Amino acid sequence: MLRNFVKNLSSKNLRCIIKNNGGITSFGNIRSIAPLSTTELALKDEKINITFVLYDGKRLQTEAKVGDTLLDVVVNNDLNIEGYGACEGTLTCSTCHVVLKDEDYKRLPEEPCDEERDMLDLAYGLTDTSRLGCQITLTKDMDGLEIKVPETINDARS
Amino acid sequence: MSYKLIKRLFSSSPYKKCPQVCIVGAGPAGFYAAMHLTKKLEAVNIDILEKLPVPFGLIRYGVAPDHPEVKNVINQFTKVAQQANVNFYGNITLGKDVHLEQLRQNYDAVLLTYGAEEDKLLGIENEDASNVFAARNFVGWYNGLPADKDLKIDLSCNTAAILGQGNVALDVARILLTPIDELTKTDITEHSLSVLSESKLKEIYLVGRRGPLQVAFTIKELREQLKLKNCRTIWNEKDFQDVEKIVPSLPRPRKRLTELMLKSVNEKQTIVDDPNIKYFKPKFFRSPNKFLVDDKKQLAGIELTCNILVGDNLESQKCVPTDEKEILNCDLAFRSIGYKSVKADKDLTLKQGCIPNDKGVVEDASSDLAKLYVAGWLGTGPVGVILHTMGNAFQVAKVMCEDLGKLSNTQTKAGFEEVKKTIAQNNGNVIDWTGWERIDTYEVENGKKIGKPREKICDVEKMIEVAKA
Repeated sequence: MLRNFVKNLSSKNLRCIIKNNGGITSFGNIRSIAPLSTTELALKDEKINITFVLYDGKRLQTEAKVGDTLLDVVVNNDLNIEGYGACEGTLTCSTCHVVLKDEDYKRLPEEPCDEERDMLDLAYGLTDTSRLGCQITLTKDMDGLEIKVPETINDARS
Repeated sequence: MSYKLIKRLFSSSPYKKCPQVCIVGAGPAGFYAAMHLTKKLEAVNIDILEKLPVPFGLIRYGVAPDHPEVKNVINQFTKVAQQANVNFYGNITLGKDVHLEQLRQNYDAVLLTYGAEEDKLLGIENEDASNVFAARNFVGWYNGLPADKDLKIDLSCNTAAILGQGNVALDVARILLTPIDELTKTDITEHSLSVLSESKLKEIYLVGRRGPLQVAFTIKELREQLKLKNCRTIWNEKDFQDVEKIVPSLPRPRKRLTELMLKSVNEKQTIVDDPNIKYFKPKFFRSPNKFLVDDKKQLAGIELTCNILVGDNLESQKCVPTDEKEILNCDLAFRSIGYKSVKADKDLTLKQGCIPNDKGVVEDASSDLAKLYVAGWLGTGPVGVILHTMGNAFQVAKVMCEDLGKLSNTQTKAGFEEVKKTIAQNNGNVIDWTGWERIDTYEVENGKKIGKPREKICDVEKMIEVAKA
């Protein structure tokens, strides 16, 4: 809620700072423990379906809460994606790297900030539609979203 | 679930045994490998042996204290260690308390992940002068590594030079240049905090053999350095001649990194008359030729050879020395030119600082012993961030899973039950996970008293005492 509020009124930079803060993009349901308004309670129950497509073709379909980040979804649903979210959403690793379809990437409300791009630069299989899962907040119109999870192994190195 | 059931029903070997896996080294490579093995194998027992009484390797002793977020991965590792079929045994040294051969006799697979703990030497004159340090030891000192806690470093001088342009070099520069008030909030050790608070350093050179297009540090670390409070960055504009023209043709990571440097160059920061301001001065195309010392063998400066670059591929251009030399006056120097692994056991063969391997498999003729694997920096060499170590560890663990699946139905190996008999003869103080949890609690409590997230115990004896309490 707080994050949505800030998102609506702030500049790109401020958004980065807020998102950078582990306390807000955290695993726990801080928002549902201490709702800041009644609209939050209504929002809390909104669910959509999204699918993670792993590099080996495996599909993990799951119900996801509107307002959660993709990282929250992986953690809260205990999805079996190895090593995902090592830094717990603090923009200091790129283990939650995802690749979106072109049209999905374009309709995301925010562009990646410098800090997110810095981390993406270290990811394997970086594409033009790459994002960090911890920085993508789900909205209602993302129902049916398909997200590719690239391999974490760089074959060139070994 | 059902898949596993079907697999079990149709398996050619109904009495499948539980493979015994030994991992040597409780750093990120070891934990990521254990994570993969426990996820992919129906039955497995994993024993992680560690030289120190405490786990996490470079996450605890390498990651800079002002990067607490990077250490969050400890939570994932802790979950791995808390599984019933994963055991942590700390304070056991390979090659001393137990030999590799014994491990390979008593386990079905042995994975070495003990990293790269020795620093590379420059091999130049007066490298043993006082106030010339390995960046690695300095990092160990501020992070509380027992072996480095007594480092005697003199920060009463004006100028320091860091030789090397990787992320460790930037960590060292940042810790030396960060206003002390910001470090007091981190888990940096008290002994280093008191020395750093007395520092008189004004300027730090970051010396690289090659040019701006070949730097090894990553953009996050540079961005952080450029944003540092009370610190100005002074570049040599000439080093960036023609760089701007090349930028559009670079791959994205190198392009963004170079653009960030150019942006800073174009700010044209200058020396100001303010005692609170410190200076960060990257210096390119220079190799150290020899350290210059005074009559007390105190460092006085570094003689540098000027280089030129040759080769078509910009990112892998080689440097060639010229006849030109210059003197860099400094009273403190750190070499930060990489690490190499040590030969922990007599049966190991190292080549160029790591253990030669094919996708993690270490080839040798001992077919009667358990297969030997290597992951992390010990196998790949000391390059890459945690993500790269994770990828490598998963890849090696995948190979191990395939091999362990093919294991013939021989008797179950004795594992640690047998190995501990030998260890007990040499060392009565094996620290298990509960012991680490006691150390952890103790450190966090001690940190709380002085407003820090943790105050590390820097002494092995003390760690053992707390763990055994």
